[in-house]
Amino acid sequence: MDKAKKRKLALTWTCIAALYLVILILELTMRPTSILFTVLKKGAIYSLVAVSMNLLNGFTGLFSLGQAGFMLIGAYTYAILTMPSEVKTSQSVYKYYQCFITFDTGVFIGLLAAGLMAALFAFLIGLPVLRLKSDYLAIATLGFAEIVRAVFQWDVLGPVTNGANLLRSYIDLTRVTIPFTDIPFPPTLFVFIAAGVCILLIVLLINSSYGRAFKAIRDDETAAEAMGINLFRHKELSFVISSFFAGISGALLAMFQYTVQAQQFKSMMTYEILLIVVIGGIGSISGSCIASFLYITLSEWWLRGLDMGTFLGINAPGLFRSGFRKLVFSIIIMIIVLFFSRGIMGDKELSFTRIKAFFQRKGKNRKEVKA
Amino acid sequence: MTQSLLELRNVTMQFGGVVAVNDFSMHVDEGEIVALIGPNGAGKTTAFNCITGVYEPTNGEILYRGHTVVVSHPHGKMKKNYAGHNAELYMDRKIIHPTPDEVTKLGIARTFQNIRLFKSMTVYDNVLTAMHLRARQNVFSSVFRLSYKEERRMREDTDRLLKEQDLYKYKDEKATSLPYGKQRRLEIARALATEPELLLLDEPAAGMNPQETKELSSFIREIKDKYNLTVFMIEHHMDLVMGISDRIYVLDFGSPIAEGTPEEIQSNERVIKAYLGESDEI
Amino acid sequence: MIGFLHDNLSYFLSGISVGGQYALIAIGYTMVYGILRLINFAHGDVFMAAGLVMVYLSSSLPFTISIPLVIIITVALGFLIERIAYKPLRSAPRMSVMISAIGVSYLLQNAALYFTGGLAKVYPSIPFLSDSIVIWDATTRMVTIITPFLTIILVVLLTLLIKHTKIGMAMRAVSRDFETSQLMGIKINNVISITFMIGSLLAAVASLLYFTNYASVTPTSGSMPGLKAFVAAVFGGIGSIPGAVIGGFIIGICENIIKGGASIFGIPGTGWTTFSDAFTFAFLIVILVVKPTGLFGEKSVDKV
Repeated sequence: MDKAKKRKLALTWTCIAALYLVILILELTMRPTSILFTVLKKGAIYSLVAVSMNLLNGFTGLFSLGQAGFMLIGAYTYAILTMPSEVKTSQSVYKYYQCFITFDTGVFIGLLAAGLMAALFAFLIGLPVLRLKSDYLAIATLGFAEIVRAVFQWDVLGPVTNGANLLRSYIDLTRVTIPFTDIPFPPTLFVFIAAGVCILLIVLLINSSYGRAFKAIRDDETAAEAMGINLFRHKELSFVISSFFAGISGALLAMFQYTVQAQQFKSMMTYEILLIVVIGGIGSISGSCIASFLYITLSEWWLRGLDMGTFLGINAPGLFRSGFRKLVFSIIIMIIVLFFSRGIMGDKELSFTRIKAFFQRKGKNRKEVKA
Repeated sequence: MTQSLLELRNVTMQFGGVVAVNDFSMHVDEGEIVALIGPNGAGKTTAFNCITGVYEPTNGEILYRGHTVVVSHPHGKMKKNYAGHNAELYMDRKIIHPTPDEVTKLGIARTFQNIRLFKSMTVYDNVLTAMHLRARQNVFSSVFRLSYKEERRMREDTDRLLKEQDLYKYKDEKATSLPYGKQRRLEIARALATEPELLLLDEPAAGMNPQETKELSSFIREIKDKYNLTVFMIEHHMDLVMGISDRIYVLDFGSPIAEGTPEEIQSNERVIKAYLGESDEI
Repeated sequence: MIGFLHDNLSYFLSGISVGGQYALIAIGYTMVYGILRLINFAHGDVFMAAGLVMVYLSSSLPFTISIPLVIIITVALGFLIERIAYKPLRSAPRMSVMISAIGVSYLLQNAALYFTGGLAKVYPSIPFLSDSIVIWDATTRMVTIITPFLTIILVVLLTLLIKHTKIGMAMRAVSRDFETSQLMGIKINNVISITFMIGSLLAAVASLLYFTNYASVTPTSGSMPGLKAFVAAVFGGIGSIPGAVIGGFIIGICENIIKGGASIFGIPGTGWTTFSDAFTFAFLIVILVVKPTGLFGEKSVDKV
């Protein structure tokens, strides 16, 4: 590696470390109920699931719409495993069923199991469906997600899933402690660390020999196969890994929400994640992260007023009523899909040279205007 | 008799009612340059696709270094509709049909008629990706960078290969932005990165001007000697074929009509007829 | 046997009825796929929108006006969606068009959410259609009886249109080979628009029948019937109209038999309704794996 590259890498790491430090400081100083933390937490979780979807759709060229299903599996696995056994045996959550699982685990094992369970399901469903062509794959995975949602609500599985009722009282973000102590873990920092590690692993994967093989499959299946890349094995690998991280993000979402119910993981959720990926740029990890935070910030915070009657000082309760924000959102999304189909980043990654070039170009424009 | 590197026996490929390749037997010996010629639609590329695992032949057997790689007999719907020869020959054999990547792993690499490079990748990454086949790393060791030594070796090999193919100066350019002739070269370099013994070239001179074609013929000889290859190619340009081939096979309407050295083929009446049409029809 | 049929008649009847409605929606999917190779994810939402439009129109207009108006508005909606969201992407990769379709679906659902305020809207009871009728001791609505007949009539008309008119011939040509038919002077954009309009027309009719049975419309009530109709289209062999119809009926009947699981098979459990959804999609995956071309679909070979 040459010196310039090393310096850039060091700079990137410094920036990431600084970001985490800022979050820690914010958490120690600000009110924990601040909307900022909600946005940061949810943004980080959505970043992870968007990146995991991008691994599949953007880097391997597999158009899969099963993300919500794998998140559901992850969320339920986590919630069921980490719910204390005394809660399970008491009737506070499992009102109508005798809970089948009587042990409980810690956060780390819960998260890992959530990912592994999603990966296992992905492996099984991948065996038949990954042989299908693009749009058939999309509809088959969408169907799979619907199956998962229906089966998890089926009353026959009640002793495990609590039927269609919600799960709660598991280890959520407020109950996470720093290992070997009773000190609560700063929740936003926890989400950032968990999501950050997962995204880092995905980035490492994409820049490895396997990542190149995935991209080769995306670019040209026939040529990739002729170069000795086993299509099925690599597609399955990408699918399983993507689902593993989708499972973890589902678990994180469950931690964030305090309660979880199969009903919420509809195909609409997958669509939302897909649209985030599109906004960020298909094939760009940093794009997916930026788009997730942007999406969450706008919908949970800055555009709130569109639903509440007043926006930018304009008071129009007749127009700005419940649902208007999402309507505006979907129009923006359609504009992006139709006219800016490359999204924010295209298939490029965010880098210092790119930021510098961006500002220089802007500066130049300004100078030209002055002249 | 010495063993052939590649041998086709009675290979037949039928699509619906059309027999694209009919009862084609041939062999390529180690160190040879063999060409397969024939008019458009004669079934040359289909024969290629049978060898490389893209198609499962309807009937016949393909051997590599004396081991059976592909064997098939008419089955399923084809049992009734089969219109080729020798249906009974392989009837009691178990069908073997490898996927293209397994064929490549054996040491048979190919290029495509209409260049198929990895579009979004740089020249360098195109070649580096092809090295994935021979890499020993698994997902974990590659994600956690435990196999960095192998990765470094792969990168060094890529550099070397690009330098040898005179493509090093383009290494950071997008593969598809190269001029046409260079793209062909890159495709061959990429095939070489899979460390083949047998190189299959599907119309390597397609779309090239006479000057480039001339260069190509010395280039093929050069890489053949340098990497110890055997070359089997489909080609239309007669100058190229006659200039470098040791032996030539001719297909017409899916059936083999001639085999021999360039001189023999040039004077073979059936070949002349196939290319120029029947003279008495005029 | 007769006693069994008699006892569970209501399940079979509603199966046939829902099946007919799925069939009408499925035709829209299958025709669009046949021509554009696009899964029109927004089709189920067009169906939902037709239901909502009916709710709003019927509150101020008599049925004799509102019903034709609903059909016209739905057809216009289908036309607009194609022109705005799909036409600009004609030369873009297939994935982009599919994403655009998902975007439209998202937009329609959110628009419906905004206009309804998220509440379920009560569907007007259309006279005659929603009248009760007793057949062989099973009480049902008139719509249940009418649906299969209406479906068959519409399909026959559509088949005649495709077989015997100039525009039908153009449709068949375009679905066979997009580029060549363009070279042959077929106005491809017109053909595509008409395909979308026919699909939307049938979806509007289906929505009249479907919501009369279910009595309320919510922003998401189009997605499930839409997906199921798509499964029906795949089952019948995507691109084939008779296939879509047969697929629609089979899915509708199977689904209702499962819903009636408790009484038909005597298996206890109350979650059969949710399970019937899972069944449809499990069925889809099995078809895709075993016979991706469906009952009447044609195989296509990729060229290397």
